[in-house]
Amino acid sequence: MSTLVATNKKSFGSTIWDYLTTVDHKKIAIMYLIAGGFFFILGGLEALAIRWQLVQPMNDFVSAGFYNELITMHGTTMIFLAAMPLIFAFMNAVVPLQIGARDVAFPFVNSLSFWLFLFGGIMLNVGWFTGGAADAGWTAYAPLSTTSPGQGVDYYVLGLQISGAGTLMGGINFLVTIVNMRAPGMTYMRMPLFTWTAFVASALILFAFPALTVGLFLMMFDRLFGSGFFDPSMGGNSVIWQHLFWIFGHPEVYILALPAFGIFSEIISTFSKKRLFGYTAMVFATVLIGFLGFMVWAHHMFTVGMGPAANSIFAVATMAIAVPTGIKIFNWLFTLWGGNIQINTAMLWALGFIPTFTLGGMTGVMVAAASADFQYHDTYFVVAHFHYVIVGGVVFALFAGTHYWWPKMFGTILDEKLGKVTFWLFFVGFHLTFFIQHFLGLMGMPRRYWTYLEGQNLDLGNLISTIGAFLMGVGTIVLLINIIKTSVKNEKVSGDPWDGRTLEWAIPSPPPFYNFKQLPLVRGLDPLWIEKMEGRKGMTPAEPLTDIHMPNNSFIPFVMSLGLFIAGFGFIYQKQDIAWLSLVFVGMGITLGCMLLRSVKDDLGYHIHKEDLKKEAGE
Amino acid sequence: MSEHDVLNPGQMPQNPEKATLEGKNKFMGFWFFLGGEAVLFASLFGTYLALNDSTNGGKSSEELFGLELVFIMTMLLLTSSLTSVYAMYHMKNNDFKKMQIWLGITVALGLGFLGFEIYEFYHYIHEYEFTLRSSAFGSAFYTLVGFHGGHVVFGLLWIVSLMIRNAKRGLNLYNAPKFYVASLYWHFIDVVWVFIFTVVYLMGVL
Amino acid sequence: MKEWMGKIRTLSLFSFLVIILSACGKDNLTALVPKGYGAEESFNVILISILVMIFVFIVVMAIYVYVIFKFRQRKGQENHIPKQTEGNKTLEVVWTVIPILLLIIIAVPTIASTYDLADESEKEDSINVNVQGMQFWWNFEYANEEIQTSQELYIPVNERVYLNMLSSDVIHSFWLPSISGKMDVNPDNENTMYIEAYEEGVYWGKCTEFCGDSHSLMDFKVVVVSQEEYDQWVEGMKNTDPEYTAESSTAQEGQEMFANSCISCHAIDASSSNPVVGPNLADFGNRTMVAGIKNYSKEAIVDWIMNPGEIKPGNGMLSAPYLQDNSMEEEDAEKIADFLMELKATDEPVDSVEQFKKDETENNN
Repeated sequence: MSTLVATNKKSFGSTIWDYLTTVDHKKIAIMYLIAGGFFFILGGLEALAIRWQLVQPMNDFVSAGFYNELITMHGTTMIFLAAMPLIFAFMNAVVPLQIGARDVAFPFVNSLSFWLFLFGGIMLNVGWFTGGAADAGWTAYAPLSTTSPGQGVDYYVLGLQISGAGTLMGGINFLVTIVNMRAPGMTYMRMPLFTWTAFVASALILFAFPALTVGLFLMMFDRLFGSGFFDPSMGGNSVIWQHLFWIFGHPEVYILALPAFGIFSEIISTFSKKRLFGYTAMVFATVLIGFLGFMVWAHHMFTVGMGPAANSIFAVATMAIAVPTGIKIFNWLFTLWGGNIQINTAMLWALGFIPTFTLGGMTGVMVAAASADFQYHDTYFVVAHFHYVIVGGVVFALFAGTHYWWPKMFGTILDEKLGKVTFWLFFVGFHLTFFIQHFLGLMGMPRRYWTYLEGQNLDLGNLISTIGAFLMGVGTIVLLINIIKTSVKNEKVSGDPWDGRTLEWAIPSPPPFYNFKQLPLVRGLDPLWIEKMEGRKGMTPAEPLTDIHMPNNSFIPFVMSLGLFIAGFGFIYQKQDIAWLSLVFVGMGITLGCMLLRSVKDDLGYHIHKEDLKKEAGE
Repeated sequence: MSEHDVLNPGQMPQNPEKATLEGKNKFMGFWFFLGGEAVLFASLFGTYLALNDSTNGGKSSEELFGLELVFIMTMLLLTSSLTSVYAMYHMKNNDFKKMQIWLGITVALGLGFLGFEIYEFYHYIHEYEFTLRSSAFGSAFYTLVGFHGGHVVFGLLWIVSLMIRNAKRGLNLYNAPKFYVASLYWHFIDVVWVFIFTVVYLMGVL
Repeated sequence: MKEWMGKIRTLSLFSFLVIILSACGKDNLTALVPKGYGAEESFNVILISILVMIFVFIVVMAIYVYVIFKFRQRKGQENHIPKQTEGNKTLEVVWTVIPILLLIIIAVPTIASTYDLADESEKEDSINVNVQGMQFWWNFEYANEEIQTSQELYIPVNERVYLNMLSSDVIHSFWLPSISGKMDVNPDNENTMYIEAYEEGVYWGKCTEFCGDSHSLMDFKVVVVSQEEYDQWVEGMKNTDPEYTAESSTAQEGQEMFANSCISCHAIDASSSNPVVGPNLADFGNRTMVAGIKNYSKEAIVDWIMNPGEIKPGNGMLSAPYLQDNSMEEEDAEKIADFLMELKATDEPVDSVEQFKKDETENNN
């Protein structure tokens, strides 16, 4: 295998081709990280534009129409194109390593997931250049969304449909990977918590995303083919959209938050040099949160007019989620208790997360109280609440995970000093931005307001909020500088720079493309730690050195996604001119053709021979 | 297991669809996928139930549906599910020819179902002017039943392409899981139809 | 539940909180100074949940701060391996059970007030107003009195008023922070809520469901008046005359122009038989604000007539013919304004409206 001796420099073109066709979970993780990072910055710029518009009353930095596009795209981009892919980046980079697998269950599908997400994300943003992006809010409530002029909402619908398909496949892939591909001895109750949370999040994806798929189809039919699901004049009912959206939308919060909890669990345990306190309870709480996550969607709809019985049930169910979440908070605190706490950048994010997320959880219980929510609902109080949860929980975790797993992904270590600067700028900026918004909401500032009137005592709060947002922006820039600096310096580190506990630290950084030369034998929770405590350097292999079966690279996922991308334009513009329908046929033809090709062409992968493995090891 | 063993196994094991890791993964992944599909159809059913009275002054389900045709369709699809079970039975016995025959029958029955469904839609549109755009009920009906119909089309194309692709070389450990999940898919379509028959047609005329 | 709340309220911590919170926000707009039944109910639940949650936060932060200072790595201790504890059953039971108890403390009043706020038992005997939300204004039709008005809802103090709400385009939401919480205004099914105000005055209302370009400018007011003033106002509204003739000469010219174009969308009498196309302009002379967001003045009216799109982007007025062909001169608009300012249901505005106008003008100058 020539690829084994890949130390010789590859040309730029062949590197690109390598990434376009790769099915290696580690490379796909890097692509998710780059693409998700790009969309994170894009969504962040949109956020800054929003805050600048609100810096003073009756401001006219942007027009009302453009503002609506900004808030819609900020929410959509951050949730679907930044947070989700970045979570997937870490799931891809880490989960197979943590369970001692050589790849995910379906490497080909993994690549397809990524390309679908990327093309979907591009599709969503095409609207900016064709007369206006989506402008009906990230929740796209009908009939505002079904009657929104232009193609913006069409791009939203098609873009989310395409990227959502990718996410669904990703979810299935990780479910099967975790069920079937665990190394010998890696029982369920020995899995690291990040893997557990990835597992539950994948199950949530599987059962939540189809509801969104259906909702998007109905909206697409309403907008593009004249159906009347949400059109009252045809007997339709706009509330159906809200139910479908939130049946997906609420689990989505946990799809993001659970892996974030997993990341923090790993970091807190590692840097306290302690086993995770109450591991079993943590697993149980994760599963329970995932389960309850499906029972509470209508708490987003307390003011819709569902009646007091439904409101009360959903209020109580929602409050119940606070219990397993509280269990988690206390378990983290008691993991720290008695530990040998090392505070580096990754740990700083984790420590910043605990009070921040506690606040987010507190306001979560508050908004769950239906009769109080009549005041909070759709105001800046809610904006503050979900940013405490999503930024304070998820984004903090993504920053933490970036610092924690960067050595594993790239073999270098991010600069600690710059990392701490990023943390403090972002942390302070975050609380400046969002804490005051709780009060703005109760003082009478509804959500999604393009502007507010003079003399309503909202000026100071908004000014403070805007200043905080820009601090977060500066913090992010420092992180980018950090990444560039680290990459230029390119100082390689060992496979286990943090004195880690889990399997990913048992192999070199970055890992070889086959991950484990021999599958490791797992003897308990924190397998690497166990071996280290018993004086061994690494894992004991569970198998003799044999040939390793590897999947082939493929360009089909890229082309298949491109086909759907092309068909999307056809669907959108056939409404104006039926000739565009041809694009639907071309695009769907490409995609279905790719599926046929994949089905009929044998793809059995290849083997790395053990002689080559030995040669590589210099034996 | 080398490539050669997968494509030319000396002796087929009892459950060829789960004999390789790839097969096992495919088997399990497909079950998960069907779980997602179940949510998809549940959402469509929910939407349909919310809108099946929203005729907006147009035709209602009582006026439109007749059970005779739908009963024949149901029988066709139920039988096709049974024949696909036979096909899988012969796969496990490593009898490729019989498997192909039973799969062929399955496809024929599926085509019959599809033909009736197309006729049904054509009938509604031309005789009753009942379309996707008539009312929210129309939208919900065509979307739910149409999604199922789309699944039937896809299932038929899938099974046929598997049959043609492997006609010459017969069964091996590489294609056995493919046949197996295709038949799982076909069963799922059948189960969904049972619900459509009950929720849409039976409850629609009663 | 109310008496019980009253007792709790006397607790010093509560009063302290109330003082801090009430320092925030504009009177009659903020939810932190409730002046109506619904707002007070919500506020009580808000206070209970804040107190419980602050308790939780203090516990968490106490452990957190202790742990960080006590167990932070010391110099020379880098390689110290702490004891690997697996967990502690007792502790885990404690932090499962206590939160459940705390949640019950919040859940009980939540459910009680949720049912209370959905109570429709007095609907038949109360004033019923049919609220219609549209991009980007509100129409209020008094069901029994057979009058309608736009943008400003008059209600008597200490009376329950039932609102039956329906949208004629997209979803809106009716929020009156100081008097009550909010309820969505859907296009497909009617929602009912009631409001009851404790003090006379003009209250700010906001649209809280994202509804398009001028969502942020879809303000309305609720004018709370004494029963006596309310009766007078209703009487005046009933007597508004579709055949009204303007008094001053400029207003007469204005009326002529108004009759040639504006009248097709805007009625000048309050009869509920007038179709709801544009805002009803009966009693326009006594409005608190122009277009719901501009201080009331002739200049503001002229400004609105000349440039409605700049004030409320995307509003329905933009399709008016005079804007399409640019046929309106500023002096014409002034005459129309003169006419509109003559339209009054009562000779003088109610006291609270007068006070409101004075305050707002001072505020913004």
